[in-house]
Formats: sequence, C-alpha cells, structure tokens
Amino acid sequence: MSAALAFRPRTLAAWWPAGLLAALVACAILAPWLAPMDPDRQNLMARLKAPGFEARGALYLLGSDELGRDVLSRVIHGARVSIVVAVSSVLLSGVVGVAVGMLAAYLRGWVETVLMRLVDIFLSIPAILLAIITVAVLGPGFINVILVLALTRWPRYARVAYGQTLALADRPFVRLSRAMGASTPRVLALHILPNIIGPLLVVATLEFGLMVLFEAGLSFLGLGVQPPMASWGAMLSTGRNYIATAWWIATFPGLALFLLVLSANLIGDRLGDLIGKGR
Amino acid sequence: MGRFLLQRSGQALVAIFGVVTLVFFIQRLTGDPVLLLVPETATQEDIEAMRRTLGLDRALWVQYLDFLRDMASFDLGRSYIRNAPVWDILLSRLPQTLQLAAGALVVALVIGLPLGLVMALTQGRPVSRVIMGIVLAFQSLPTFWSGIMMILLFGVTLKWLPPSGTGTLAHLVMPSIALGLLSLATYARIARASVLDELSKDYIRSARMRGVGTGRLVRRHLLRNAAIPVISITALEISQLLAGAVIVETVFAWPGLGLLTVQSIAARDFMVVQAVVLLGAFVTIAANFAADILYTVVDPRVRLTKS
Repeated sequence: MSAALAFRPRTLAAWWPAGLLAALVACAILAPWLAPMDPDRQNLMARLKAPGFEARGALYLLGSDELGRDVLSRVIHGARVSIVVAVSSVLLSGVVGVAVGMLAAYLRGWVETVLMRLVDIFLSIPAILLAIITVAVLGPGFINVILVLALTRWPRYARVAYGQTLALADRPFVRLSRAMGASTPRVLALHILPNIIGPLLVVATLEFGLMVLFEAGLSFLGLGVQPPMASWGAMLSTGRNYIATAWWIATFPGLALFLLVLSANLIGDRLGDLIGKGR
Repeated sequence: MGRFLLQRSGQALVAIFGVVTLVFFIQRLTGDPVLLLVPETATQEDIEAMRRTLGLDRALWVQYLDFLRDMASFDLGRSYIRNAPVWDILLSRLPQTLQLAAGALVVALVIGLPLGLVMALTQGRPVSRVIMGIVLAFQSLPTFWSGIMMILLFGVTLKWLPPSGTGTLAHLVMPSIALGLLSLATYARIARASVLDELSKDYIRSARMRGVGTGRLVRRHLLRNAAIPVISITALEISQLLAGAVIVETVFAWPGLGLLTVQSIAARDFMVVQAVVLLGAFVTIAANFAADILYTVVDPRVRLTKS
C-alpha cells in the first residue's frame, strides 16, 4: 500500500478502535482527576440512586451503588485495574512464553521436547479452570491475579514463537551469525526476535483483550481483585444481585468492559490482516 | 492408520499424566495442602489429625506416587465438606452442564455457520463487513455482562423468560445464548475462512463455468469440503464451553459443574475444585484426540501425510 493511500480519511477513520483504546487508557491514567468523586466514598443516604440523582451538589451521573458510591467514578477507576492487570500479565506471560518458544526451536533436542510437551500440558487445561484452581490455592488479590494469568497464558506465546523461530533457525543469516561465534541469547535477541515480533504483537493484542475478560471474570467470581478496589468484574457481580431494582450498577461497568475488549480485538484483527498482507 | 492411532494415544496419555502432575504441584504451591481441605475454623489439632489421615506427613514423592495411583484408578477422593465421594457430586451436576453446553453449541452452529457462509459469499461487499463487525462484537462480549443484560431485558423488563434457575426448556434459552455467543464468533470466522479457501479452488471455478448455480454449488461442493475445519474446531470449542460454563452458570444460578466449582471454592472444598479441573483437562485432551481421528476419517489426505 502506498503512503498516499494510508492518509486518506477513510483509512484514518478505520483506525477508530485505536482512538477508543487510547481514550480508555487515558481514563485509567487520569482517573483521580477525571472521576467526579472518590470511588470508595460511601454515602448511605444515597444508596441505589438512579442515574442523574443529585444530592447536596453532588451529581451521580451514572447513579450510585448499594453503598452509595458513585458508579461513574468507580467505572473510571475500574479502567485502572483492568488495564494494569492486563498489561502486566501480557508482558509477563509474553516474555516467558517467547523465551521458552525461541529456546525450544533454536536449541532443539531434549530442550525442545521437554519445553514443548510442557506447553501442550498447560494448553490441555482450559485456561479459566487453571486460573481458578491456582487462585483457589494462592488466594485472590491484585498481584496474585497477574501471576495466575501469566502462568495460564505463557504457552500461547511459546507456541507462536516456537513456530516462527523454527522457520528462521536455518536461514543463512542466523547460521552465519552462529558460525561467527554469537552466543545463543545474542542470536535470539538480535537476529530472531526482530523477525518474529509482528505475529507476536498480534497475539499480544488479542491476549490483552482476553486478559481483561479473565480479570473481570475472576473478579466477578470473587476470585480476583478484592473489595473495595473498583474492578468492573466485581461491580458486575454486585450489579447482578440488584438487577431487578438498580440496572445501572451492572450495565455501565459491563459497557466499559465490552468497549475495551472490542477495541483490542479490532486492533488485533487489523494488525493480523496487515501482517498477513505484508508476507 | 494403526501407527498414527497408537502414536496419538501415547501423546494423549503423556498429556493426561502431565496434567495430573501439574495439579499435584499446584496444590502444593503454598507449601501446605492441608490448609486447602479444612474449614477456616479448624484448630491446630484438627489440622494435624487431617494431615495424618491423608498421609500428608509423608515424603513428597510418596504422596505423589499415591496421587498418581488414585488417578490411575479414577479415584477422585472424598469431599470432607459435603461428606460424599467426589464422583457422586460431579455426576449429580454433570447433566446440567452438558445440557447447557449442548444448547450453546446449537446456538453457535445454527447462527455461526450460516453467518460465515454469507460473509464468504458476499466477500468484498458491505454486507460482509457489517456481519464481520457483528461477529467481532459478539466475540468481545463478556458472557457475564451479556447474561446480566439478557436477564434485565427478557427476564425483568419483558418477563418473557425466567431470569435464572433451571427446570424447563425456557430456563435454558438465555444461558445457552450467553454461552454460545463466543463460540458463534469462532464458527462464523472458521466457516468464512474455509469457504473462501474452497471458493478459490479450481473445481469451484470450473463448476461455475459449467453454469452450476450458487445454491447447488454450496450444497454439493462447498459444505462438504469446508466441514473439516469446523469439525476440528468443535472439539476445541467443547472444552471452551465447559470452561465458559463456570461464569455463565454463576450468572444464571444454573446448578451445573461451573456453579459447583465456584461454590466449592467459597466452601474451601478443594477436592471438588481439583476434580472439576482434572475433568475439564481430560475432556479437552479426549476432544482433541477425537478431532484428530475424525480428521483422518473425513479427509484421507491427512492420513497419507501423517503416516
């Protein structure tokens, strides 16, 4: 595609998911300044008030929850939890998984057998179940959720990195650098990684969306981030109990969650198409 | 074929052995598995007694061999909280989860496959892009949100369907849709990709040149050849559905294995949690195995290249 085409308004408009993601990330970063109220401040006089409720000059734009906390402020702060957990677990599982996959494909022999069998074993436990049993042992909490998600998802990156590295390991430039005495970490980091980073980025983007869903899912089940920390999943869990009387408690955090995951999936999809076309 | 079957069975066994080992070590991540099995109110003496009863005071490798032996004889142990064999508890909940998974699979197949076919046949036209957008939106829907929103709309506001619980076919509708939407997206994408792939082949082009109409083309040629990836994906989706059931069952208070898992974690009934995870892994491995076998049956080309 020529550079001129890339700047046509229609092409730019097609990148709206990136704008949406950027806006949500901005929400997370600027949460303390954007949120109209303290997300944890309870007001028992203003419990379960509908969106637009006003009390003593405080406007509850998206209503209040069962403890009289402002739903809008909690949704804004919830973006922090979702994004920080998802980014951390993607980085952690990505680094581990890519290292494992590259080493297995590059070193071959028993290292390959052991590592890739391990990948197969991890992948044969449905991820959410593996996460649940590990949280059941370790206990819930912010850091544990990140660790558990990373533990669950590294094999995904390992598979992709493995396949990509296998295709490269016998190419002349890799063999040359090896013959000239480059160490394994050097070859992997300087010659192989830059050439396989594209497909890995696509995986990481899609995984980001999945990690957001997983965190929310674990928190929804009470196994994730613990109260009073504002997490969209935990808010949905409360909202489910009040669905007949206070629809707004579940609706808005869910909407935010949906938009975040949707933007990540759309971007991942587009990246995948672009990389696919580049080949 | 015989050798492939043998080799593939060997792989499945290794995977099962690996999963059992993994679960054994996850139990010991915090160092003391007894703490997972006793209520929070247990005294130090209770804990010691439990440790001796279960043989957890022995060397780690003895415990490990013991665990392997139990698993090899399909002995999942006893729940100390519910005071019943774990197998009985699982079997009492399994039918509900199977019902839900079947319902979700129907939703996903009946809506997903035609959507994928239409996307492929209208490739390049706006219709195709709109459907793709919808499919992507489905894929991004958190099941616990779409579930709650359905309860709000159809259960609370319109009162068309019971908001939660079990008993009649009407109870099954919303949970099946909530669980099925995710797989629906997968099916639509796979169907689209494999139909597009078939469309580009020579036999389709020559059939078109002979004047074969689209309807006949789809029925006689496309569906059969595009079915192969769909079959293998179904195997993978079954384990996805079982895992997704954990959340959907919680949303709709559907008394299957998923709700059992969540309740067991809250009740610190680790034996049951562990059993559900092992069952989930076993089903996944078995489904993958079945998919590989089906593959060779449906498509002789796979058989040739693999042996």
